[in-house]
Amino acid sequence: MSIALLAGPAADRGMEALAEHQRRLGPLPPAGTLIDAVERSNLRGKGGAGFPVATKWRAVASQRAGTPVVVANGGEGEPLSRKDRMLMEQRPHLVIDGALLAADAVGADDVVLYVGADHTGAIQAMHRATTERPVSERARLRLISAPVRYVSGEETAAVHFINAGIALPTSIPPRPYERGVDGRPTLVQNVETLAHVALIARFGDDWFRSLGHGTASGTTLVTVGGAVPQTVLIEIPQGVPLADAIDAAGGLTSDSAAVLLGGYFGGWVESTAAWALPLDVESLRRLGSSLGCGVIAVLPSGRCGVVETARILAYLAHESARQCGPCTFGLRAIAAAAGRVSGLASTPGDLERIQRWAGLLAGRGACRHPDGAAGLLASALGVFTAEFLLHDSDHRCSIATAAAAAS
Amino acid sequence: MSDQLLWYTTRGAGAVSLVLLSAVVVLGLLARVRFETRGWPRFLSAAVHGDLALMTLVFLLLHIVTAVVDPFTHLGLVAALVPFGSYYRTFWLGLGTIAFEMLIAIVATSLLRRRLGARVWRAIHWLAYASWPVAVVHGIGTGTDGTALWMLVIDGVCVAAVVAALAWRMVAAPPDPLADERRVAAERASFGAGR
Amino acid sequence: MQHRHRCGRGIVSDRVMLGIDRIKCDGHGVCADLVPELIELDDWGYPVIRAGEIPQSVLPHARRAVAGCPALALRLQAIATRR
Repeated sequence: MSIALLAGPAADRGMEALAEHQRRLGPLPPAGTLIDAVERSNLRGKGGAGFPVATKWRAVASQRAGTPVVVANGGEGEPLSRKDRMLMEQRPHLVIDGALLAADAVGADDVVLYVGADHTGAIQAMHRATTERPVSERARLRLISAPVRYVSGEETAAVHFINAGIALPTSIPPRPYERGVDGRPTLVQNVETLAHVALIARFGDDWFRSLGHGTASGTTLVTVGGAVPQTVLIEIPQGVPLADAIDAAGGLTSDSAAVLLGGYFGGWVESTAAWALPLDVESLRRLGSSLGCGVIAVLPSGRCGVVETARILAYLAHESARQCGPCTFGLRAIAAAAGRVSGLASTPGDLERIQRWAGLLAGRGACRHPDGAAGLLASALGVFTAEFLLHDSDHRCSIATAAAAAS
Repeated sequence: MSDQLLWYTTRGAGAVSLVLLSAVVVLGLLARVRFETRGWPRFLSAAVHGDLALMTLVFLLLHIVTAVVDPFTHLGLVAALVPFGSYYRTFWLGLGTIAFEMLIAIVATSLLRRRLGARVWRAIHWLAYASWPVAVVHGIGTGTDGTALWMLVIDGVCVAAVVAALAWRMVAAPPDPLADERRVAAERASFGAGR
Repeated sequence: MQHRHRCGRGIVSDRVMLGIDRIKCDGHGVCADLVPELIELDDWGYPVIRAGEIPQSVLPHARRAVAGCPALALRLQAIATRR
């Protein structure tokens, strides 16, 4: 399996220092016509939304309201994802290269490196990496560590923290590309995306496209967890079937009924359909699915999808920014009802209520947090229909029953 | 124009202004407690509140202009605009000027609310709680009729209505359900209180 | 007959929809009173807004709702913009 970002020294060797980085990959090239190359490479953002990168850069570059700013977003609030912090820990210079290239491409001077405060390995590596850079570059870099919450990696939340010290989303309009840090046009880009940019600038868009499987372009980092030997970070070519990714992660450790793609913001897919699923944007979108911020979580045989979903909903309700009524109260009510259903203690009408409330989430918050929860819930109700009904009307869990029978 | 006519107009318009202003305050409080009956939908309280406020200004202007041009009192424009700037019943009249100017600020910010934003609007609007009692005291202390029985009865009714509405607001106004939530979430999303 | 509507930020448009700042919204519910054709309240008193262009017949009521929101959370938003 071809790898690009994780090529070079193995993970246990820690951070790749500047000298090694430049010996292996060459010096930082000039930006030149980088936006065109990024466009031809079909690179999409790796923060979860999958937005075409060149389109975003052109939008920032075309603004007239002040000198742009680049924010390298390593916030990583998704609990199932490790890729951003590990990438920063092992290849900080790829991230910094990409950020500086993006800055030159959109006309920005300043770069903010936004890292989660709990991810101490990443912070140390990024800090050491900035000290290794030449003075002219160091002057443009600012390392900021922010609280790690689910919404703190959202782009307006990152901008809000940089401006005012509170990592909560703000209303749009205006979007960060129009007015962000200090009121200036701001490019918020995931650190993995920037790392890919750093390689595209050196080796070209043809090279990047050739790394993909079939018609897909490039590689992508994925955190694989659940029914695998341990949670691992892997790099896969876009477009390979899910089964290949699981093999690369060490293979299945148990049977599995379903896979969670995209993390808590993503959705469940039934295993029989999942294994052959090509992991590229178009194929996944056709199924209403997405890799999101690169998460594959395989449901182990002893775990119940209803219970796991209820747990995720409780987490998402707790992590709401609590700024908008529909999300604050709607998610809380859904999580409470789902908790009752999961705990085999549902009140009559709980499932109907869950479905009714879920229909009132999408598009009714300032950010997409409620939308993500609604999407996850809809996929769970579709994949685990029988289990939900069993839990709700019979107050029984087939997984728990099977486990009791086996022991 | 007869001096008596000016003088009666000043006093009459003053009394009417006070009644209207009291109604404005009561309606504002009814809006705050989300008062509603089948015949009185919620939006009416705020809508009539605003309309009556403008009407109050009309009667206030009548009250002030007739007082200023009245040859008996020699008030002049200065007295109308500068608090305690008149020689005639300096203190009590000055209170009227203050109440009037606060009202101008409240109405102006309300008309420009979209431009100024909710926070500025709300801050200035709190002046209403000062403007109304100052107007009441001005009426009792300044006018020829200040302590006349009919005027005191009007004052009594106005004060009773406002106090009742205020008491209702203190016990029954629905709190903002998100206020505590936002605070908790903001604390969790920052280091300390945030900058 | 086509009407030109003044929305925020100097945009003038033929077709408008209701936009809302969900963070400013405090669930007062005055909007649902003023334009029930477009706005209903959910179980917690927050507005559910009908998507899409505001019909001409309802537009005056929508304007009143925008003006009447105590939190200034509502706005008229252009659908097809021409600056």
